[in-house]
Amino acid sequence: MDKILSLLRENSQLSYSEIATMINEPEDYVEKQIKQYEKDGVIRGYRAVIDYDKVKNSGARAFIELKVQPKKDTGFDEVAKQVMSFDEVETVYLMAGSFDLLVRVKGESVTDIAMFVAKRLSTLDGVLATNTHFQLRTYKDSGMVLFDEENDEDQRSIIL
Amino acid sequence: MIDYESVINHKIKNIKPSGIRKFFDIASEMENVISLSIGEPDFNTPWHVREAGITSLQKGSTKYTSNRGLTVLRKEICAYFERKYHVEYHPESECLVTVGGSEAIDLAMRCLISEGDEVLIPEPSFVCYNPLVQMADGVPVAVETTEEDNFKLTPERLEKFITPKSKVLVLPFPNNPTGAIMEKHDLEKIAEIVLKYNLFVISDEIYAELTYNNKHHISFASIENMRERTVVVSGFSKSYSMTGWRLGYTLAPKPLTDVMTKLHQYAIMSAPTTAQYAAIEALRHGDNDIKKMRDEYDMRRRLVVKRFNAMGLNCFEPEGAFYAFPCIKSTGLSSEEFCTKLLKAKGVAVVPGNAFGDSGEGFVRVSYSFSIKHITEALKRIEEFLKELNEEKQHET
Ligand SMILES: Cc1ncc(COP(=O)(O)O)c(C=O)c1O
Repeated sequence: MDKILSLLRENSQLSYSEIATMINEPEDYVEKQIKQYEKDGVIRGYRAVIDYDKVKNSGARAFIELKVQPKKDTGFDEVAKQVMSFDEVETVYLMAGSFDLLVRVKGESVTDIAMFVAKRLSTLDGVLATNTHFQLRTYKDSGMVLFDEENDEDQRSIIL
Repeated sequence: MIDYESVINHKIKNIKPSGIRKFFDIASEMENVISLSIGEPDFNTPWHVREAGITSLQKGSTKYTSNRGLTVLRKEICAYFERKYHVEYHPESECLVTVGGSEAIDLAMRCLISEGDEVLIPEPSFVCYNPLVQMADGVPVAVETTEEDNFKLTPERLEKFITPKSKVLVLPFPNNPTGAIMEKHDLEKIAEIVLKYNLFVISDEIYAELTYNNKHHISFASIENMRERTVVVSGFSKSYSMTGWRLGYTLAPKPLTDVMTKLHQYAIMSAPTTAQYAAIEALRHGDNDIKKMRDEYDMRRRLVVKRFNAMGLNCFEPEGAFYAFPCIKSTGLSSEEFCTKLLKAKGVAVVPGNAFGDSGEGFVRVSYSFSIKHITEALKRIEEFLKELNEEKQHET
């Protein structure tokens, strides 16, 4: 992957000039590249990585497996589009394996999500079965470790 | 009551405790301290290397190894050294596996130095050489390196400190704390002096894998006529991020390796077995890990150096190791004052340059073995600190 992209993926707050220094390219080149990525839709946005375990009232989250009957012409796209259209749905992936769509859903509470699955997802035309997994704790998200073990960095030897 | 003072060996008593201890005691009592002071890689040991260690444990390889280290490991070390630095060593008789580069340095000192021998140590440099020379009854002689010379050791300076008692020269490049490297032509000039005065060399090449700007490390042993008068010290700590495994090695002509092995066998027996198995894997399949880490350090290096210069702290471009060594003389503060003030005002810990020898006065060591996020936060605070210092100064005048 391009160096600019991997740097931004780690930390989207780096400035053009910081990135330019790090990869030893002119600043305007970096700026042009990033603008191009944004234009081409390679970079879709910049967001914070939030540790929900530390946020009060941050609601509940679940992964839902959907078994789907593919349509003759459109395959899985049609169902996927319907699933996507709900605000509760954060991500939708088409999967290889024992089910077809993996959907990440957020809701106010576990019951809230359960109701959403029962009433909105499982009733969709083409959805054959659902399997809901509630998320309990986040250890790592987007490559970032959120699970703070006691930090032994301080024990690294000092002067040497 | 035992009078411990009278019991304790006089040489160890005379070794000064590290002067910056108190500085770090302050740091450890403060909250929200962000440190750029640590001299070890921030990466974990590559997984496949850890796994090789685990596998060796599962297989029950938990006994001592041969005193010199596992034969396979010594073969791999010699093959690696020839592949990278083009010097041949015989795995059976010229390679010794040690407990880190640290033990290797200690062995080399104790096996080369006799009472009163002078050991030339370029400074600023790593803190262990001086005390180990003293414990070996030698006399450390500091040879200053300067920013004007890019902190390289020059033959002119070296020659000034040579006396009839000069015996050993330590070559600590790539250098901790300056980040200086020695190129081939630099080493060749040193080699002339070494020959002229019949010196022996302990070449601490532990940072050999971490050089930048495409300047590949040149081993001092690869310089004409130097192999026979050099003990190469290296190890796994820095190149493979394996500090806690405690593994290093020496490469030296047979008669030297033999005596170092003799001492090692009595003092240590053998280097940690698990670490030796992991090191075999590192040497066989670790090139890519080194490259990844080096590329990452390089990005941080550029960032740090540029930012210091932009802040008005002149920072020479380090081409090795993972340290920057900015000059803080423009602030009018001494190294220790600068570090203590910075720590108290902004909670950023960097190491005063004089911890690495008097010639480090006026500089601070900044380690970039930290994540970009950590580094940028620390740099931001240092920048604020400098602004406030300036404002204070203007206030006074
Ligand atoms: C220049 C230098 N040599 C040797 C060592 C010793 O490393 P180890 O004993 O971990 O191999 C260090 C560690 O910081 C160092 O900086």
